[in-house]
Order: sequence, then structure tokens, then C-alpha cells
Amino acid sequence: MRRTQFFGYNVTTPMPSRSLDEITAEILDLAARQFRVPRAELSAGDDFFKKLGIDSLQALDLLTRLEQHFHIELPDYELQGVSDFRTLAERIQARVE
Amino acid sequence: MKNFQGETLSWDLTDGVLEVTLHRPPCNEIGLHTLGDLERLAEAISALPDEIAAVVFSSAIEAGFSAGADLGQLYREMQGLDKPARLAGVREFLERIHRALNAIDAAGVVTIAAVHGICFGGGFELALVCDLIVADRTARFSFPELRLGLVPGFGGVPRLKRDVGNATVRDLLFTGRSINATKALEAGLVSQVVGEGQALRVARQTAQQARKFDRETVRAAKRFVKPVPYAELRQEIELFCELFARPAVEESLRKFVEGAGVLPYLP
Repeated sequence: MRRTQFFGYNVTTPMPSRSLDEITAEILDLAARQFRVPRAELSAGDDFFKKLGIDSLQALDLLTRLEQHFHIELPDYELQGVSDFRTLAERIQARVE
Repeated sequence: MKNFQGETLSWDLTDGVLEVTLHRPPCNEIGLHTLGDLERLAEAISALPDEIAAVVFSSAIEAGFSAGADLGQLYREMQGLDKPARLAGVREFLERIHRALNAIDAAGVVTIAAVHGICFGGGFELALVCDLIVADRTARFSFPELRLGLVPGFGGVPRLKRDVGNATVRDLLFTGRSINATKALEAGLVSQVVGEGQALRVARQTAQQARKFDRETVRAAKRFVKPVPYAELRQEIELFCELFARPAVEESLRKFVEGAGVLPYLP
């Protein structure tokens, strides 16, 4: 939801829904910044553990930042079987308002 | 003892605030050495009732507050022992850690945990001993014990029940998932969520605020609002020992320690 002002009143309006491509791009941007990997080297189908060189501890850190960025709660068991950015984006899209 | 430099933690008393720093790599895993240092800490707190107004716990380890029990040490200690000896060893450890944590829980001082990063299992149980938890945005809390066929054994369930609703307790236990600081705040587990790297600073400020009040009043108020659930804590020890006796637990520990689970921090 987006918060704006309307004649002095605080109102919330629905955010325009993001496409899967948009969400994937945001994940790649965030991951590149957090783990200092050149953004151009990341693509949707990459295995994020291998590409980012991260372990499960760092994956949890990424999860925390994704939750904050998208204003969602994503139980970490939802990451079971998820290793590429695009599938991660699908999980996130399902929880974004 | 106003100052102490231990193998796993250190403390320093300044202006009525005892700052305890956990510093055992890789992530403050709680084994025999930490247990010994916690026992010394409990003694120090009880020996200085008029000099300590508040205690602040924090971690010097980048990865987080604590990853929990030292499962590697536990597994290694089990090897070569027959089943009765293993059970006796685990029971003794639990009795000792409960004594130390119960003493800190009941201490007549305000205790604050400054949490960043992972706060899992036994580490979460240490944080729950404290009166207040200040978490930074990177903090994550979890009870992953069911993955090993166990329940939290350091007093976590009775203390978590003391602080949050039973639905949250069930969510954490039955899924083994970790929750972020925002979720922990919403659940009433955490009193403040602060910016990354700011938990210790804010905890110190909170301790300075808490130490302004009359000590006897604080002690009386703490006894009133935060009773130590001794009976349930005793039940937890019994339940843990009962579960630990099962063969599946050793196998789960072996898999965890030998890295058969590639992603040990994910449920």
C-alpha cells in the first residue's frame, strides 16, 4: 500500500501491482548491492547460492532485506527447493499486496 | 568480579551497568566453555547487588547474537559413551545451564539483550532470559530444535510462553522458521527495533534510563511482573531428556554436524 496526503488527510492507496519481471529485477539489484557482485553478472535463472557465493546464513540476511524491501513476511521454509532468483521472485510476488 | 575476560564472553561494570559481550567464534555457540562463563556471570551478578543496576548482553560476532547450542561439541562428547552415560551427561549440562540462566532471569537488575543477526535456539533462549530485547533490523529469531527431534532445552519454551501468545509459540516451534525483527516486535517479543548496528547503542541508553529508578522498587516490580516459571522449566528438562534418548536424535545430530544438511540455517 502507498501512503499519500489528500487534502491534509493521510490516506493509503493500493500500490500498482508489480510484474514478475519487475520483482525479479529488484531482487537482482538488492542482491548485487548487498553481496557486492556486479549487477550485469546476475540473471533471473542463476542459482543465487552459487552466483552470490553465499551460505544459508547469508541467505537469511538476504531474506531479511527482501522482506524489508517488499514489506512482506516470507517464511524461510518457503525457500526450500528455491535456488534461482526467478523462483524466489514468484514466492515474493505471491505475498506482495 | 567487576571485570572478566573469559574464553567465550567478557564483562565490564561501569556506572552501574554490566556490559556482557559474547565473543566466541564462529557464532557464540553455547557449549561447556560458555556454560562455565555463564555460571561465573550469574555468580558475579549475585555478588554485586548494590553495584549493578542493569546488565546488557551483546555479541561481538558479526554473524549474530548466537547460533545456539554447540551441537558439534555435543555430538563429539557423545561418541564412545554408552546410552546411560550420554543421557547423564546431557542432563547434567541442562541442570547447570538452567541454574545459570534461572539466576540471571531472577536477578534483581534490569537485563537487556542487544540482538543483531541470528538469534537461534540456545541463543534465543539466552535473549529470552532478559527483561528487554532490543533488536536491530538484521535480527532473526528461531527455535529450530524440532529439526533435530528435540525441543528447546535451555528454558526457551516456558520463557517464550511468558512473553508471547501461544499461537506464536506454536508457529515458531512447529515450523522451525525464523522471524525477522519486525515480526518479533509485532509479536511482543522485542521492545525496540533499531537500525542496523544500533542495537548495542540503544540498549546502553535503555540501561541508563532503567538505572535511574530505586533498586528495591525495580526488584519488587520484577518479581511481580516476570515470575520465573520454575515448574515448567523442570518439565522442559524432563521432556528434552526423554526425546534425547531416541536413536533418531543421534542420527540428526550426525547429519547436522557432518554437513549432510547443506543449508543448516534454513528450516
